Amino acid sequence: MSATATPEAPPAVEGEKKPPLIKPAVRKRLVPYWLLLPGILWLLIFFAAPLIYQASTSVQTGSLEEGFKVTWHFQTYWDALTEYYPHFLRSVLYSATATVLCLLLGYPLAYLIAFRAGRWRNLVMILVIAPFFTSFLIRTLAWKTILADSGPVVGALNSLHILDVTSYLGITEGQRVLATPLAVVCGLTYNFLPFMILPLYTSLERIDPRLHEAAGDLYARPFTIFRKVTFPLSMPGVVAGTLLTFIPAAGDYINAELLGSTDQKMIGNVIQSQFLRVLDYPTAAALSFILMAAILTMVTVYIRKSGTEDLV
Amino acid sequence: MTALTRWIRRNLVIIAGLGTLAYLILPNVVVLVFSFNKPNGRFNYEWQRFSTDAWTDPCGVADLCGSLSLSLKIAIWATIGATVLGTMISFALARYRFRARPAVNSLIFLPMAMPEVVMAASLATLFLNMGVDFGFWTILIAHIMFCLSFVVTAVKARVMSMDPRLEQAAQDLYASPVQTFLRVTLPIAAPGIAAGALLSFALSFDDFIITNFNAGSTVTFPMFVWGSAQRGTPVQINVIGTAMFAVAVLCVLVGQLAGARRKRS
Repeated sequence: MSATATPEAPPAVEGEKKPPLIKPAVRKRLVPYWLLLPGILWLLIFFAAPLIYQASTSVQTGSLEEGFKVTWHFQTYWDALTEYYPHFLRSVLYSATATVLCLLLGYPLAYLIAFRAGRWRNLVMILVIAPFFTSFLIRTLAWKTILADSGPVVGALNSLHILDVTSYLGITEGQRVLATPLAVVCGLTYNFLPFMILPLYTSLERIDPRLHEAAGDLYARPFTIFRKVTFPLSMPGVVAGTLLTFIPAAGDYINAELLGSTDQKMIGNVIQSQFLRVLDYPTAAALSFILMAAILTMVTVYIRKSGTEDLV
Repeated sequence: MTALTRWIRRNLVIIAGLGTLAYLILPNVVVLVFSFNKPNGRFNYEWQRFSTDAWTDPCGVADLCGSLSLSLKIAIWATIGATVLGTMISFALARYRFRARPAVNSLIFLPMAMPEVVMAASLATLFLNMGVDFGFWTILIAHIMFCLSFVVTAVKARVMSMDPRLEQAAQDLYASPVQTFLRVTLPIAAPGIAAGALLSFALSFDDFIITNFNAGSTVTFPMFVWGSAQRGTPVQINVIGTAMFAVAVLCVLVGQLAGARRKRS
């Protein structure tokens, strides 16, 4: 930060008017920097500096007993990639699937709130936000009850022979849903759905309903109106929503831990166990750097492709 | 039949939307129902029989209420810290043009675009190497750090849409800068600040990932729930979850009613 410290003006002696050391114009120019200083310092010390520190940790070698030293050991990255690439792939796959599901599930609800809810709008909005306030973990644990082996969901899917199909596709195993990819994706979709709905709603709400009427007057069918008018105009919401869902979902390890088994471990689970259980800090650092780089790359490409660069 | 299919087709959006809403609320209903369960054994995943035991004795489980009050304390301090720092930043960004602005903007944006586990691990690495003792202070520092960006975003949006002529008018009427700020600027920015504060409180209170890395042996409420998922979940957790939901809905309703009344008067 280029916020230069201003020398304190000497205390003015009573009755004597000294010319101010700093011109008022300069002082005024420094106001934003004083406003920024504490918050930005906080972010620099506790957000940016740790990331740089993490980078140096990732090229260290050593052990907990002997201490770690920077040896520019880039091999850690290679080892981490070769050993844990299935977890990376799984994370991308699960969170991408959850993001698509969130879009499919969230769009109708956002549309409903924006155009069709009428005087129920506030109530529906409250119902979307309120579940947020019951702890994330408690709600995720509730899915364990919902998807339980002897529960109604598994029973219904079973009697419709859907589980046979999904097992064949490898999304579920045998007669159960818990501890399968389906359960993890279901939890991810559920947990990040509000992050999709809110930006979608914001961008849908801005659309002038007269555009729909105009399209209708021009004999466009409802689906054509959606495809040619509504959806393109809601693109900023779609982009923001998919990012807000995908990024946290890719780093999440709560759903995979609570709803999955060892076969559904995502990269977050690996980082967590390397850091908190194995105490292999270089590997944990390298893994989180790879995750960060992968996500930033994907996000940048995605933003470029979707053509809404004013988002950032 | 054709009438029914036509009705379904016409109301497809409403049906699908309500379906999603049901999906969102279903776990909360389960949490509510299972708060009245009397489970056999340690886990509360299967319905046994109705009981209000957990509601009459919500603190009956060791460490539960302690962790809850710790989480509340952290959330309150994190909210205060993040709201003050964040509001200052957003005023600087919304009101002034200066050279470091793009850099500051991206520094604000990055924490929101970063997977939590990356921030959590790197901050913990820093604390570890500086030999800081993990506990209340490390959690608080981490929470203020990740709440800050959300406050800035919420407040900035509000301040940006504010008419600068209102402040000029106040100054034309001989209000001092302090008076202008307290009587004009702050009341107009208040809803944005309130939204930012509410968001930080919710985020801090509910955070698990960053806390898990930076708490050491200190146990916040989400960490208690996480631990209990392995050891056996007490019914009291569902009671707390339901109570949180009820309090939140009540707060929102009161806010809505107050807003509606203010609009009318």
